[in-house]
Amino acid sequence: MNAKIKETILNPIFKGNPITVLVLGICSSLAVTVTLKGALVMTLSVIAVCGLSSLVLSILRNTIPGRVRIIVQLVVVAMMVILVDQLLKSFEATYAIDRQLSVYIGLIITNCIVMGRIEAFALGNKPWPSFLDGIANGAGYGMILLVVAFFRELLGSGTLFGVDILGRFGYVTNNLVILPPFALILLGCIVWVQRSIQKDLQEK
Amino acid sequence: MEYLSLFVRSIFVDNMIFAYFLGMCSFLAVSKNVKTAAGLGVAVIFVLLVTLPINYLLNKYVLAPDALMEGVDLSFLSFIIFIAVIAAIVQIVEMVVEKFSPSLYSSLGIFLPLIAVNCAILGGSLFMQQKDFAGIGEATVYSLGSGLGWFLAIVSLAAIREKMSYSNVPAALKGLGITFITVGLMGIAFMTFMGINL
Repeated sequence: MNAKIKETILNPIFKGNPITVLVLGICSSLAVTVTLKGALVMTLSVIAVCGLSSLVLSILRNTIPGRVRIIVQLVVVAMMVILVDQLLKSFEATYAIDRQLSVYIGLIITNCIVMGRIEAFALGNKPWPSFLDGIANGAGYGMILLVVAFFRELLGSGTLFGVDILGRFGYVTNNLVILPPFALILLGCIVWVQRSIQKDLQEK
Repeated sequence: MEYLSLFVRSIFVDNMIFAYFLGMCSFLAVSKNVKTAAGLGVAVIFVLLVTLPINYLLNKYVLAPDALMEGVDLSFLSFIIFIAVIAAIVQIVEMVVEKFSPSLYSSLGIFLPLIAVNCAILGGSLFMQQKDFAGIGEATVYSLGSGLGWFLAIVSLAAIREKMSYSNVPAALKGLGITFITVGLMGIAFMTFMGINL
């Protein structure tokens, strides 16, 4: 049992990473990776939404009729997203969170990772493993997000979390890296590195 | 004239895919050949065109602060209302298409129900809420433009991927990796529209 739980947690972070292997949830994520701070807020929100909705739906799994399950899932996920959004709104002024992020927080509802994990895992498993599975998938997603954001903020603005790093060595900021398309090119490179190491993931 | 500039802006400058990454999942999954890509693109245009004006009216007369009653602000409900409208419309569209055009229904297949969770649709409604349009005309033009932009993007990516199957891509980059990089390069090409002031 212990090994199984360990597998549940580690698999989504490396071998079955939702972004680079399953290609889920790219939609709402890449626009928030210009700064590490935005990526961190997004990561925490997705972990919270994913874990909590998996938990709730796993508790309810035996009472939901199969035919209306999509609607029930959407309602539960939307509720969690509203909670996270309201929470962020109350901290907006204190931590200077970007207003633009609100649209992307809303888009967590249609983030395929959340729905995908509920369909594939939470509806067939006990609450505790489902909760862990949701959190681990959120973390696997967040890890890629943070790696992309790290390079984009470092190369784009020369800073990390707003602290000047490269600028003091006379680094000239690179606007191309801040533009949205570069996030995709970086993601392509991450996939390249991962598949060079794990050869069994390569496509024919 | 304003409508025209909004239309062109929403197709090229504010392109759903290249500027905001919306609808990426189905964009990457269903772009292997041009025909199915075009089918999904048309379905997205249609659903956007129907849901966005409805959500605009709901937002203006029910959800916005002071819209329903003085001092009542329901805007925190917008996520759940928007997604409910989208899910309902997709369901209705599916039933209508199945009844009146079985051939179109079978060619769209699984894509139609999947559109309910396409981020481009919900994203369109959320951006509409943020952009604060003056009237329903603008919202409709915006929805048509963003739908067309999405259609254009998926068809061109599918065409490129069809050609790419003949080229010699490094083994680890094959499939997903090279597609990401291609979309990135296409995005840079679309960036050239950014400087246009309409």
